[in-house]
Amino acid sequence: MSLPKRSFDTLIIGAGGGGLRAALQLSQADARVAVVSKVFPTRSHTVAAQGGVNAALANVLPDNWHWHMFDTVKGSDYLGDQDAIEYMCRAAPRVVYELEHFGVPFSRLDTGHIYQRAFGGQSRDFGGDQAARTCAAADRTGHAILHSLYQQNIRARTHFFDEYFAIDLLSDAEGYFLGAVAIDIASGEPILIEAKTTILATGGVGQLFRTNTNALVNTGDGMAMALRAGVPLQDMEFFQFHPTGIAGKGMLITEGARGEGGYLLNGDGERFMERYAPNAKDLASRDVVSRAIATEVREGRGVGPEKDHVLLKLDHLGSDIVKKRLPGIRETVMAFLHIDPAETPVPVYPTAHYTMGGIPTDRFGQVVVPEQQGAEEAVPGLYAVGECACVSVHGANRLGGNSLLDILVFGRAAANHIIDHLRDSRYHRPIPDGAIDSAMARLARWNQQGKGESVPALRRELARVMEDHCGVFRNEGVLAEGRKKVLELRERMHDAYIDDHSQVFNTARIEAMELENLMEIGVATVTSALARRESRGAHSRIDYPERDDVHWLKHSLFSLDGDKMDYKPVRMKPLTVETFPPKKRTY
Amino acid sequence: MLLKGIAMKFSIYRYDPDQDAKPYMQDYELPEKRVEPGMMLLDALLLLKEQDQSLSFRRSCQEGVCGSDGMNINGRNGLACMTALADLKQPVAVRPLPGLPVIRDLVVDLSQFYNQYRTAKPWLINDEPCPEVERLQTPEQREQLDGLYECILCACCSTSCPSFWWNPDKYLGPAALLQSWRFLADSRDLATEERLNDLEDPFRLFRCHTIMNCVEVCPKGLNPARAIGHIKELMVKRSL
Repeated sequence: MSLPKRSFDTLIIGAGGGGLRAALQLSQADARVAVVSKVFPTRSHTVAAQGGVNAALANVLPDNWHWHMFDTVKGSDYLGDQDAIEYMCRAAPRVVYELEHFGVPFSRLDTGHIYQRAFGGQSRDFGGDQAARTCAAADRTGHAILHSLYQQNIRARTHFFDEYFAIDLLSDAEGYFLGAVAIDIASGEPILIEAKTTILATGGVGQLFRTNTNALVNTGDGMAMALRAGVPLQDMEFFQFHPTGIAGKGMLITEGARGEGGYLLNGDGERFMERYAPNAKDLASRDVVSRAIATEVREGRGVGPEKDHVLLKLDHLGSDIVKKRLPGIRETVMAFLHIDPAETPVPVYPTAHYTMGGIPTDRFGQVVVPEQQGAEEAVPGLYAVGECACVSVHGANRLGGNSLLDILVFGRAAANHIIDHLRDSRYHRPIPDGAIDSAMARLARWNQQGKGESVPALRRELARVMEDHCGVFRNEGVLAEGRKKVLELRERMHDAYIDDHSQVFNTARIEAMELENLMEIGVATVTSALARRESRGAHSRIDYPERDDVHWLKHSLFSLDGDKMDYKPVRMKPLTVETFPPKKRTY
Repeated sequence: MLLKGIAMKFSIYRYDPDQDAKPYMQDYELPEKRVEPGMMLLDALLLLKEQDQSLSFRRSCQEGVCGSDGMNINGRNGLACMTALADLKQPVAVRPLPGLPVIRDLVVDLSQFYNQYRTAKPWLINDEPCPEVERLQTPEQREQLDGLYECILCACCSTSCPSFWWNPDKYLGPAALLQSWRFLADSRDLATEERLNDLEDPFRLFRCHTIMNCVEVCPKGLNPARAIGHIKELMVKRSL
């Protein structure tokens, strides 16, 4: 069977900030770039990022990249790779200035410089006083960045395949990646997109959990494509629960709300973060604050008739600050809770937010796999950037403001690496016969008529199981039962059918393929969590409450082949400075 | 209106060119046990889609920032995720955004809308050498962009505008013109002349007859009509 074929130097799957930053760099270098996205680019989830992007500009308080690096390493609970973290923190000011030159409407200080706010886990002088490192456009920074990057890409004439869904990657017998098969959602027509290099930039997998801050499109498509292509996923047990999702609903309330001076209260009206983090208080790292909230609620000090949440107090800031610095969350709270956060505290609870794990890469965005006991080697032709990747700059816990930074720095770095590579690879490698067969079979599978399990019901059940069995606090029994349930759900998916067989804008079929992706990543997440017998960052084992650097200062790798776990060392050596050795982590 | 304890009725526009000779309205009911207080229209549509998988619409963020789920709700354009069910008269009539070709059900072809957006050159133009740091902008200069940069491209405004219905290929429409003004108003942008020249035409800008539907429906509370007024003022000033 043959498909209509398009041919490019680079194929980018995903049009969030990571994909668009890479695309812009490549287009400006006159490479032929195709961006495939299942939604129109400005609908990608980067648009929902609120608080800002970290860079040691020192516009408000003294700062430098080395302090930023220290905070990121400490925030990662020492699981972050220190070479990549040094690279990211050094590059941060440059990528933020570039954004400003692209037209991003950053908020401004009276001096005319970019406004910077305090965020969680930030310090001056290696663990000293609070820093102000997060560059913000009010509380709509992601929107401002994504739209500017899209606009610059139109100007640079990047080629967009809007509302195309990538089904699977293509590779040859020697392991080179050659592009992907995608489907035009509007017409239902499959297409082969051939490329010398492919970048996965498909974002995270928040839809794995019932209550989450993520968009419905965050189904981990790129991670699952990588798994199916034989690439392992790294550190999947580390899933970030954001301390302040709107309780029971999940909409995100930015950490910037606490950065601007907001704080949390329990059912006794106590500012309880003072007990958990005497110095940083409400601006401790996210894992610390989320555990504190969950502990308050478990111990009966929650708020409300069910005592099942806490309150985020902002009313003391004055309505001017709330309206000027936090207009977006004010709008959200008013729409969904019918209260004004400038007057009434907001009910919040830790909510699934960010996938620290993902496709293993080096600091050039190249996908890397362990070569039989030896050093890692790069997978030829395949890159991953942003939330779907695991560089790893976030380790076991990401700092607020570092995700927008991650997508910009590594989107750009991957593109630069590819530009070098394209100089030496003039021609496309031939696509072998049968390379598209598995992708086409995956598509055809959902055209089968029949009655059985329902796709939306399975998706809901998976999200419920993950929330109940792989949440803020975990233990052996709960995880083992969760894993059993997810494996059963994966089996049951074979009996699932859809009853919409139209070729035109068939969203039921897209959702079915998203469910397949979610299912593989669910298995990866719960299997990795069950295996790691220690507590580190976002992974809190009640049965193993301490961090265990002797046995577990290492990255997990989950492979689909046999659902097996493997491990690799953390890169402790930075590029130019001294290693930050693991220390007890207090805030 | 309290939502607890009542079933909700919907009448939804259906059209699948693969199967249907022409569009029709289909009745749906959400049983009372599925109706919850505080529910938004999008929550209801997602549940209806579980009953009938063939019902097609766009959606993503569920909180009014991605702009995917613009549709016509009881005769008014809005975002399904930001429209409270409790505020809607039953049966809730849900149709695709008006004036654009329908691909299927509530999904419209936005190509013309995006083309006009691109025509507005929605990017910063400043050909001076880039400084090593940020370009400076005072808080007051930056405030000029408030109410402009927040546009989510949901197309609610342009598809509620009769001038855009009549000339979607020639009149830029409120969303694209809001972008024109967003860059004209930016102290860092140096292409004022070029931008105004591009709009000097009987249709592109001047087909706005201040009908104000755009202001009425914008789910982000933006005011494209005022932005268009500012552009017209600049045009007049320049011609004097």
